[in-house]
Amino acid sequence: MNIHSIRQWFGRAGELMNEFYNAPYRSAIARAKRDEDDLFMLLVFSEMMGVPNPAAYYTLELQPLMLERFHEWHQRMGMEHSPLDNFRCC
Amino acid sequence: MNAIVVMLLGLGAMFLGYVFYSKFIAEKIYKLDPNFKTPAHEFEDGVDFVPTNKYVLWGHHFTSVAGAAPIIGPAIAVIWGWVPAFLWVVFGTIFFAGVHDAGAIWASNRNKARSMGSLTGDVVSKRAQTLFMIVIFLVLLMVNAVFATAIAGLLINFPSAVIPVWGAIFVALIIGQVIFRKWMGLGAVSVLGVIALYILIWVGPSAPLALPEMALGLSDNAQWILILFGYAAIASLLPVWMLLQPRDYINGLQLFIGLILLYGAVLLLGPDMTAPAFNSNTPEGTPSMLPLLFVTIACGAISGFHGLVASGTTSKQLDKETDLRFVGYFGAIGEGSLSLATIIAACAGFATLADWEAVYTSFGQGGVSAFVEGGANIISQGIGLDVGIAETLLTVMAVLFAGTTMDTGLRLQRYIFQEWGNIYDISLIQKPLVATLLAVGSCLLLAFGAGGADGSGGLQIWPLFGTTNQLLAGLTLMVITVMLVRLGRPMYVTLLPLIFLLIMTVFALIIQLQGFYQDEKYFLFFLDIVVLVAAVWIILEATATLSKVSKENKQQG
Repeated sequence: MNIHSIRQWFGRAGELMNEFYNAPYRSAIARAKRDEDDLFMLLVFSEMMGVPNPAAYYTLELQPLMLERFHEWHQRMGMEHSPLDNFRCC
Repeated sequence: MNAIVVMLLGLGAMFLGYVFYSKFIAEKIYKLDPNFKTPAHEFEDGVDFVPTNKYVLWGHHFTSVAGAAPIIGPAIAVIWGWVPAFLWVVFGTIFFAGVHDAGAIWASNRNKARSMGSLTGDVVSKRAQTLFMIVIFLVLLMVNAVFATAIAGLLINFPSAVIPVWGAIFVALIIGQVIFRKWMGLGAVSVLGVIALYILIWVGPSAPLALPEMALGLSDNAQWILILFGYAAIASLLPVWMLLQPRDYINGLQLFIGLILLYGAVLLLGPDMTAPAFNSNTPEGTPSMLPLLFVTIACGAISGFHGLVASGTTSKQLDKETDLRFVGYFGAIGEGSLSLATIIAACAGFATLADWEAVYTSFGQGGVSAFVEGGANIISQGIGLDVGIAETLLTVMAVLFAGTTMDTGLRLQRYIFQEWGNIYDISLIQKPLVATLLAVGSCLLLAFGAGGADGSGGLQIWPLFGTTNQLLAGLTLMVITVMLVRLGRPMYVTLLPLIFLLIMTVFALIIQLQGFYQDEKYFLFFLDIVVLVAAVWIILEATATLSKVSKENKQQG
């Protein structure tokens, strides 16, 4: 056994341990993050739904960046096309 | 008989079961296909569906299903002698639990990793699905009430464990932050966490802590139960990475350390089984062994709870279909070995028969405290650890398990309430806080309603909890059986356990019904009737579906 193979073995064990720590809660954490992202998206698109947004000048720039997320969101919510009249993504 | 012989016989039989019987099941009945594209690959999304290494998945599956129940059940059931409990745990694991757990993963894996509940709706009927939801709700309700009572009892019997138990929660909170903020690697954190936990355990006996016997008109038992539910409610509302995740992880490590310590000490010491093989001198009021043994030990022999874990989460992470033999069947064996360790601790850990009888003074007595006392004796004599420390160690292990199950159970129950809020369009119930309060309220109602103001009712419903848990297993077995019949494969490997389970549970329910009526425990009497109705319903549903499916098969053939 040389130092290299011991190091490799440790690395592998560390990976498995990380999996053991993370695997059970991966989905719960990812879902919580998705909820937060959805809230952020709501802020970005709030003017379109008639909710005044003092930071609209800045969030407008973000809209094109959110396009893919927006598309994924309305499909996840069971709407085939964008629910906003003046914002079409597909 | 020497405990080493018992241990080797038990572990050997389960191992042979894995080598031969699970191979037969995997190849001839479930016909596992290494080339089948599992849902983890088909729908891989990095969130729910993630192909996972089979050893990691086994560790995850095993630690999710192994809780306090495989300790409490056998520790109560040895009152009939250790041989019946031993046989039911060993053969139950080989022919019931392994087949059930692996089958639940298989059934879910072949149906886009859907949960058992929604599978029941498709494979059996919509009515059966409703039934499934009712049984799940009952199981969760009872699990929380029972475990709160068990923990309260342990904390009162072993005040030395109070500081380590609550200290462990702080350790977990710190680990959660350290990992989340990436201050340290997991390896270093785990070592430090385990060391911190063991320092607390070492400190525990010199700083025992007890609540006042009476405060605000509540007994210490009742106070602990209220504190525990308060804690569980908060824990179930926190983000999982803060507390649940690190706590589960530490518990997982603790489970392996505890098992190694206990089995190692048995090997070094080689104590005799002082408890009788068959107890002909059972205390007054002990119900008949047949059928109560088969519902007193649920987890450790067969438990419906496993089907929920297997179908909801494990099946979404299966890398190859053939892995499920190891993950499901060997997971059941892990749990069986925990129950076996309990039987040995509760039966070989006492110096004389009189000592043992002094602990098992009536049915439901002994229980998990007997496991702690007996196990501590074995560990202290086997590896020379101080008895007080060994007792604290095992109490902490049992309490942490029960605690984790409690807040997972409460979280699941909250989801059920929120879902009802969705279905019936009541927006108030959909709020997490309100749903949690409802869940806690219904559990407290059970804990106190069943046994009066001191909250000792929890453990009286233990056999009823076992029964309901078995019914849940029965529903899962029914789904697997119907799937097998539709595929034209032999159904006896799941049908025979199903029939056995249903007979024993109905039999047990009727006997308990009589007992509750005689003791004038009308709350439990009513609960028993609800479970009995569910059981009869399952039998009708199973008969109707199986005869319908086999008729369809004949017409096609």
